[in-house]
Amino acid sequence: MTHYVKAWILALGLILTPAASVAQDALPAAPGAEAAPAAASVDSEAPVAEAAPASGLDPALYTPMKPTEGVGMPVDKGIDFQPQVSATGKEAKWINNVILLPIMAVICLFVLLLLFIVMIKFRRGANPEPSKTTHNTFIEIVWTVIPVLILLVIAVPSISLLAKQFEPAPEDALTVKVTGYQWYWGYSYPDNGDFEIISNMLPEDEAKARGEPFQLAVDNRMVIPVGKPVKMLITGADVIHSFALPAAWFKLDAVPGRINEKVLQIDEVGVYYGQCSELCGARHGFMPITVEVLPEDKFNDWVRANGGTVKGDEATETEGDEAAVEETASDDTTTEGAPADAAAAAN
Amino acid sequence: MTTIAADGQILDDHAHDADHKPAFFQRWFMSTNHKDIGTLYLIFAIIAGIIGGAISGMMRMELAEPGIQYLTTWVGSGASADEALHLWNVLITAHGLIMVFFMVMPAMIGGFGNWFVPLMIGAPDMAFPRMNNVSFWLLIPAFLLLLGSAFVPGGTGNGAGTGWTVYAPLSTSGSVGPAVDMAILSLHLAGASSILGAVNFITTILNMRAPGMTLHKMPLFVWSVLVTAFLLLLALPVLAAAITMLLTDRNFGTTFFDAAGGGDPVLYQHLFWFFGHPEVYIMILPGFGMISHIISTFSRKPIFGYLGMAYAMVAIGVVGFVVWAHHMFTTGMSVNVKMYFTAATMVIAVPTGIKIFSWIATMWGGSMSFKTPMVWALGFIFMFTVGGVTGVVLANGGIDDNLHDTYYVVAHFHYVLSLGAVFSIFAGFYYWFPKMSGRHYSELLGQLHFWIFFIGVNVLFFPMHFLGNQSMPRRYPDYPEQFAYWNEVASIGYVIMGVGVLIFFVNIAWSLVAGRKAEGNYWGEGATTLEWTLSSPPPFHQFETLPQIK
Repeated sequence: MTHYVKAWILALGLILTPAASVAQDALPAAPGAEAAPAAASVDSEAPVAEAAPASGLDPALYTPMKPTEGVGMPVDKGIDFQPQVSATGKEAKWINNVILLPIMAVICLFVLLLLFIVMIKFRRGANPEPSKTTHNTFIEIVWTVIPVLILLVIAVPSISLLAKQFEPAPEDALTVKVTGYQWYWGYSYPDNGDFEIISNMLPEDEAKARGEPFQLAVDNRMVIPVGKPVKMLITGADVIHSFALPAAWFKLDAVPGRINEKVLQIDEVGVYYGQCSELCGARHGFMPITVEVLPEDKFNDWVRANGGTVKGDEATETEGDEAAVEETASDDTTTEGAPADAAAAAN
Repeated sequence: MTTIAADGQILDDHAHDADHKPAFFQRWFMSTNHKDIGTLYLIFAIIAGIIGGAISGMMRMELAEPGIQYLTTWVGSGASADEALHLWNVLITAHGLIMVFFMVMPAMIGGFGNWFVPLMIGAPDMAFPRMNNVSFWLLIPAFLLLLGSAFVPGGTGNGAGTGWTVYAPLSTSGSVGPAVDMAILSLHLAGASSILGAVNFITTILNMRAPGMTLHKMPLFVWSVLVTAFLLLLALPVLAAAITMLLTDRNFGTTFFDAAGGGDPVLYQHLFWFFGHPEVYIMILPGFGMISHIISTFSRKPIFGYLGMAYAMVAIGVVGFVVWAHHMFTTGMSVNVKMYFTAATMVIAVPTGIKIFSWIATMWGGSMSFKTPMVWALGFIFMFTVGGVTGVVLANGGIDDNLHDTYYVVAHFHYVLSLGAVFSIFAGFYYWFPKMSGRHYSELLGQLHFWIFFIGVNVLFFPMHFLGNQSMPRRYPDYPEQFAYWNEVASIGYVIMGVGVLIFFVNIAWSLVAGRKAEGNYWGEGATTLEWTLSSPPPFHQFETLPQIK
């Protein structure tokens, strides 16, 4: 009996090895764990109070979008995963709901069925004389081999999902650097003048006033363009936090002293909520994440509203009249009261 | 499993001097008797279980509805809102540490292991009786240190609020004050206690088996404790090293886990989970052993596939050492590492499946009776299966990205521990209680305890799968109102479970006072291991002439 167990464990290991190595070949090395000082930029030390409220941004350029009920957030009495808005998220949800969940249910029901059969058929009243069987090599092989096969059925899509989740961002991808602080989030945009958004949880009355769910809504959102891979660089400033966005099947720890990298691509415009997912002290439960996904031009407007620079703005500036409008818009925001440090970054 | 017959004459020959007991203080405070030490462990585990269970009650009270209702009251007037929230973290930390180190482990290994390993292998006592006593008495200061830590500063407020995993840097630079130091020293003492116990069990099992009892004739419970002891011996020193480095990081300026000084916070997680994953098998393997005996006894049939069962436990133990990083899927590991840990973790499902199916095959063709221990064992098999399949889901690194650190994980490990390990502890307790105390428990109360507890824990923990799917994070004292419904259901489940536990205590009290006297082998022909050849309770010293195993 033991031989079979060992043999099959080995076999499973061997079968999985090529699959894993093939997948590895297709992928670049792991995202570098380059040590970065926790407070890398001056911006990251911006105190909470100085963060500009969302309403402080030029309404001509950006007004916070209303969330869609039931999307990007939990629902009352919900039992399933949140609707997925990224390709890998859709695939992961599909694997869970179409492969894993039915397999789990069948296994549990099968065990339950067997238990009921033995309890009825082999109760003392029905079967007063017990058999003396203690071995049956065939059945022992069967219940070793079948689980191995089931695991293989699970392993193939699971490993391929992992490979997709680790696909690197294209060279020109937008970079967003996320920093977890006790107890709020900072989002900086190094490609757009390196301004940093400081994101705190909204108090209950304000969240209600804005029509957003309390404990999920924040004052200043992280905003990204729709349908574009975004290179997320995630780090922690003090202790470990974890950046989680359930609607995109995305979670990555914010570890002080290392920068974790992962691609986030959301294919639908909307507002999506998440919560810090690694115990980080007293207010661990009160540093939510709100990501707003906008069409690229709207995203660019948001960048301008924050005093950031948009790639191409300067290029068109020299070309002539066409860019004049945008230029003025950009100037307006800078003068009209974006945070001083953001303005400095823009220049 | 082989049927073992012992020479019944032995007892009668020596009974006259076998029951000489020392006086009270010497017997209970300077004990060298494995049965008395086992009893001390069980009493300790029950007390720790009451405290750990009460803490989870406080947590379920707070979580019953959205908002912070009780924390501010519990933390006392004059404390800030952050101190109230810190109290929450102290509660979750204490609940985890108490249940793992001071309830499940002392009950299974210290309690049932001490009581029944020597009896089952036909040994007069443990190999090192005085060390056995040291093992137990180390737990008392360990527990007092942990409880005491709640009353000294630990950062934002009083107590250690780091979670049972004590992750750096929250546990180093993030928690100023002596509370975390006390919790770490508590773990050191509890770890030393377990290492000494493990040495004792390994020596006892390898050297003190009765003549004729080869390893392949050894009862499965003894096998399970042997594997567990090896896991303890290999895993606990790693924990000790990791938390010692935490201590020096905290107090002596080292930077093992601080990137600013060239260290790495994730290194701590690797070390912790290299211990932590074997630890979860340490908590469940002795339960596997007990369930095997109970299933066999009440089916009146020898265990099916004895060798497969024994080596499945060995396989679980071995593989359990190479899967630790599935607890760290979101720390930013490389794709290769994540794929490896996904595949390795899923492999564990195979030996576990062998055990589940072998238990069912043992009952197949048997002549089953449904006494209290048996209903607990049947409940265990099903609940452990449910906890096991969600484990396979979580094993997939790509799927885990969403479920990691959510209530799905909480549901998973409570199904395998609170409904797995704890069910097996109750099963073993009812199975052996008359053997240990000499008195029968009330069958009616035992059955009632099972059904109420069974319903309670399922109402309590099943909705947590839903909360996890909806991405409610763990270790939150409050939540958005969308999570309110299932949290309320879970809290109702806690109350039902609590009623079940009350019945358990009533049952113990009733049995000790008015329980029917138990004969030597009160389970009849299905019970074939050596403890059933002795009286109930067994004489103070047994097997002074070793039994011969045919």
